[in-house]
Parts: sequence; C-alpha cells; structure tokens
Amino acid sequence: MQSRFLYILPVLVFLVMAIYFAVGLTKDPKILPSALIDKPVPEFSLPAIEGGYGKGFTSEDLKKGKVSVLNVFASWCIPCRAEHPFITRLAEMKIAPVYGLNYKDKAAEALRWLKELGDPYFAIGADTKGRVGIDWGVYGVPETFIIDGRGKIRYKHVGPLNQEALDEKILPVIRKLSK
Amino acid sequence: MNRIWIHLIAAAILASSAPAWAVNPDEVLSDPLLELRAREISKGLRCLVCQNQSIDDSDADLAKDLRVLVRERLVAGDSDSTVLEYVVSRYGDFVLLKPPFKGATLVLWLGPLVFVGFGLFAMISFMRRRRTADGFIAPADSKAASRPSSSHAPLTADEQRRIKELLRDDHA
Repeated sequence: MQSRFLYILPVLVFLVMAIYFAVGLTKDPKILPSALIDKPVPEFSLPAIEGGYGKGFTSEDLKKGKVSVLNVFASWCIPCRAEHPFITRLAEMKIAPVYGLNYKDKAAEALRWLKELGDPYFAIGADTKGRVGIDWGVYGVPETFIIDGRGKIRYKHVGPLNQEALDEKILPVIRKLSK
Repeated sequence: MNRIWIHLIAAAILASSAPAWAVNPDEVLSDPLLELRAREISKGLRCLVCQNQSIDDSDADLAKDLRVLVRERLVAGDSDSTVLEYVVSRYGDFVLLKPPFKGATLVLWLGPLVFVGFGLFAMISFMRRRRTADGFIAPADSKAASRPSSSHAPLTADEQRRIKELLRDDHA
C-alpha cells in the first residue's frame, strides 16, 4: 500500500504542477500587478501642456476627499486613440473627475490630438520627461489609475479601456470607493 | 596611488564590457567608478516594455529613462541598494531580473532543492530495498547484517564440484 503511494506520488506532483502552469499560461504576462496599490499617490506637480490652457494639477488635487481617476495618455500612443471614447464616456458620467497625465508628449502634438478628438479631462498635466510617470510605475501607455478620497491608489488598469473594462472593473471600483 | 589603480581596473573592465551598446554615449557618467556601478545595477533591472531584457540591453524609451534615473541617483550619492529600492518601490519585485529571496518566492528558490532531496530519498530507499531483496543485508538490524543470511547456505559438495568444472572449462 505504501509503495503504491510512492509510485503515484510523482504523478500527483506532476499533475499539480501541470495545472499550476496551465493556469499561468492563460494570464497575460504584459499585465503586471502595480506595486503602488493601496499606497499614497507619489508627490508631484505637473504644469499644463505648454501653450495650452488650464493650470495642470498636483498630487494635492487627488487628496481632496473625492474618488478620482488618472489616465496616462499620449498623442503618439495608438491604443490611446481607441480608448479615447471610453475615457470621454467615463468623464461624462461625472462620478469622478478624470485627470489626464500627458506622458512624454510634444506640446503641439498633444494639443492637436485634444482638439481633434475632444478634451474629456478635468485637468491635464504635462509630464514631458516621463519622470512623474516613473514615480507612478507607468511602463506602457495607456494606463488608468483609480485613487480614493484620501489619495491612495486603489486600482490600476493597464492597456486601453473598453466598454467591458469600464462596466466590469472601473465603474464598480469607483462606486465601491465612493460609498 | 590606490585610487589610480582602482580607476585603471575600472577602466579596463569597462573597456572589456563594450559590446552591449544600448547605453548611449551621452548617458555615460564621467566618473568610471560610478558608471561601473550604474552598469551593474542596470544589468539587474528588467526592461518592463520588453520584459526579458535588462535596461542595460534595451533600446526602449522607458529603459533609457530608467538608466538615466539610476545614474542620477548614484551621482546624488545613493548607495546601490537605495537605488534598487527606489525602482522596486515603483515597479515591484518583477523589475528585478533576479527575484529576491523572501516568503512569496520560497517555493521558487527552495523548490528545486526539495525535488533533489526527494529524488535522493527515493533513489536511496530503492537501492536499499533491492539489496535486501538480493539478500546481502537485512535492513535496520546491524547484527543480522553482519551474519551471512539464511539464503546463503554453504554450497553442497556437488555444487562445489560443478563450479570447479565450469571454471576449468573457462580457462581451457
């Protein structure tokens, strides 16, 4: 009886590992968990896009007791174009201000992009050197963060938002945090 | 005197590590020792855009930004570990090409050892069982082991004669 168990054991170990790896294969390795979840937003102060309007925003704006969204975008980023209608939809729902972090962009091109597609953002900060992006752990544009009223990062979405992501992830998280 | 030697050695090492040219000339620090440290740190940091390259090897924009950042921190006087902590606090452990040894990675680091241990145990127990089956040693009883076991009764006269015959044939 005992020896039979010994023979079966390697097979069992193999099965457990096979299941483990099979599950691992279904996950997208490009999507990394953020190291900043449940951490306070990094300190920053971003100016408006040069030659544009508004006055940028700072980390203090994200700590004013209201749930807010931060969307990292750039005019050179093609998925951002696909995402733009959904960011607009989210902004129009007026359940949370959507801040735009214009990542490593040229001012003129960013402004042309906003003029062409429309500006859904509550405020836009220009991160021309990408340094604030690094502080946020940005590694691919677009990325979207949800920040709670006390200025803590509570959720991060990597890649372009679509209706599904909006309905199943973003909106429920905002509603939960707004309670 | 000592300093000159360190500089010379650093310069020699730098010269010999020339083939990885993702690092642009304008990024290189003028202090060879700092540059050497920057290169070492960069080699251990993952480029998150390309994922299986270090930022030292990668041409991606973000890799360049991180290389410059690492150098800035070093120039500002940070130690190697402070620089690594800075990057890890933003991007998580995944940014390190060599995963740290800690609770969540115990299986990763110790798993192979456990498997080798299990294999050794299986091998040894298999071999011991085979030897006992052959009747040379009875397990776990040293007195029994030192005595010839019952399956090895002395040969009969007839058997002795046959062995002699066989041996003689062999040498003929």
